Amino acid sequence: MSETSISTSSAPLENSGRWALYARAFGGLVLRDTRVLLREFVPFIMRTIVQPLLFVFVFTYLFPKIGQGFSGGPGGSNFATILVPGLVAVSILFQGITGVASPLALELGATREIEDRVMAPLPVAAVAIEKVVFSAVQSVIAAFAAFPLIYFIPATPVSVNVHSWPLLVEVVLLASLTAGSLGLILGTIIKPQQIGILFGILVTPLIFLGCVYYPWATLDSVRWVQIIALLNPLVYMSEGLRAALTPEIPHMPEWAFLGALFVLLVVLTVIGVRNFVRRVVS
Amino acid sequence: MGWSSSSASVLSGSDPRTAAIEIRGLSKVYAGSRGVRAVDGIDLEVREGEVFGLLGPNGAGKTTTVGMCTTQVRPTLGKVLVGGIDVVMDPALVKRRIGMVTQFNTLDRSCTAYENLYFHCRFFGMSRRESRERSGQLLEDFKLTGRAGATPYELSGGMAQRLQVARAIAHRPKVLFLDEPTAGLDPQSRIALWEIVRQMREKEGLTVLLTTYYIEEADQLCERVAIIDHGKILVCDTPSNLKKGLKAGTVVELRLEGESEGLPDALDGLAGVLSAEPMEEGVRVFASHSGGLLPRIVETAQGYGLRDISVTDPTLETVFIDLTGRDLRE
Repeated sequence: MSETSISTSSAPLENSGRWALYARAFGGLVLRDTRVLLREFVPFIMRTIVQPLLFVFVFTYLFPKIGQGFSGGPGGSNFATILVPGLVAVSILFQGITGVASPLALELGATREIEDRVMAPLPVAAVAIEKVVFSAVQSVIAAFAAFPLIYFIPATPVSVNVHSWPLLVEVVLLASLTAGSLGLILGTIIKPQQIGILFGILVTPLIFLGCVYYPWATLDSVRWVQIIALLNPLVYMSEGLRAALTPEIPHMPEWAFLGALFVLLVVLTVIGVRNFVRRVVS
Repeated sequence: MGWSSSSASVLSGSDPRTAAIEIRGLSKVYAGSRGVRAVDGIDLEVREGEVFGLLGPNGAGKTTTVGMCTTQVRPTLGKVLVGGIDVVMDPALVKRRIGMVTQFNTLDRSCTAYENLYFHCRFFGMSRRESRERSGQLLEDFKLTGRAGATPYELSGGMAQRLQVARAIAHRPKVLFLDEPTAGLDPQSRIALWEIVRQMREKEGLTVLLTTYYIEEADQLCERVAIIDHGKILVCDTPSNLKKGLKAGTVVELRLEGESEGLPDALDGLAGVLSAEPMEEGVRVFASHSGGLLPRIVETAQGYGLRDISVTDPTLETVFIDLTGRDLRE
């Protein structure tokens, strides 16, 4: 405590100095989140894989073994193949909500522990952006953790072939960032005690109506569901991954899911950041 | 009111120190609360290296004022400069120069005590090594080394507050804001925190803006005190000048069994009594001195069921009562 700072200059920073200041602060936030994630890594992986694991185990391993289940889907593909992109998409979305929305609701509400990060020397909006970016990193990890289970467990062979790696990367990144921005909005809106309700009334419907267990194209026989489903971000994540991983199954055109994910990402991020700033600056 | 000097003349005094915080015409109206002015046009100047107290009851506008100085509340009107930098125009740069501690425990629950300091240093651009050294040193200075690995849940209230002060100064700010820092602390921890503030000021030349509703805290710790009520600064001076500014040399409080009606007027008539006003369960008398007066006061109050009498020197509380007619804690 003995060191006395000598600089008394109050001159505004050069632009380069300012960006360096912001970048270091942003890096500090990422470091903090990384440390917390690594400490909680096993629980993080557990909560990521339990759902797809059970799903794949019951529907694509147990059901065929006990003579139940779903026969081939469109284009001669089996249910296991239809599930691959859907369950990866669920892992990505689920991570965005559990990784951002729940902790953020607590940090903004009961404990106000976001305060020290808000007081870091960078624009408040950047603190919110960091949440989205770091959540996307977690979503990518979640997708990679879920994939092997979905691929290897089914009793029937799964046909995955990636035609275009750039498309896969594009879809995974866009989907992960969009999931993070959705988590940001939810985290700024809900109260900590409402987290349970969030899963019951929002996450579950999103998943069941998110074209996870069926391709969007097959919904044309129930037209109104097909149209309403377009409001669900998960639909574009599932369909995008379907195009990238299992292209032989009918899927939306590339421009549709990429465009929709991009628009959703921008809109959700703008609203989420605005909400966040309003919560911490009155 | 017997104020010899207005706050403006005190501010323009001969002290050569420059302003660490300049507040000009600052107001805050919260939307949706029927246009309540939480802060109503205040002007203040806190000098470099000074411990400055903002004393007032709950809801007086202290926290809102600090919020505006620390970029967390947007002013409706007016301006705040910290080290010459406008808090609205350049909040990120202001944050680098300030530290803040509130009465709430905002420690990062997902991190240990050490990590709370370490990551704070990293937010402010320190290198890994520098952050490590600074965090270790602070833990030692604040007698928390033994709890380095503890999470905030495992720290006592006093320890958590010490850690928050350590965190607030970890990036070597110029100005430290303490918003009711000892609210909810036990007396021992409160005194320990006062000692820390004194040391930081002496060793690091830190400017401290402290808000409080503890008379003692303002009196003992602060070089200058501004009294705030209903969003307005009533006076601003050193504690001793504020007390000297009172004509009263003595405050006599009478507790009564019965109604006090008529008694204040009767007491007002006594020589040496400056004023007498009703208070809860009695009457408060401001007197120029107590010599010889006390028997006459007792005699006058006899018929009103006098139950208890206390004689004190004026405190900052007296100053507040004199200005507002209310107790600080009402």
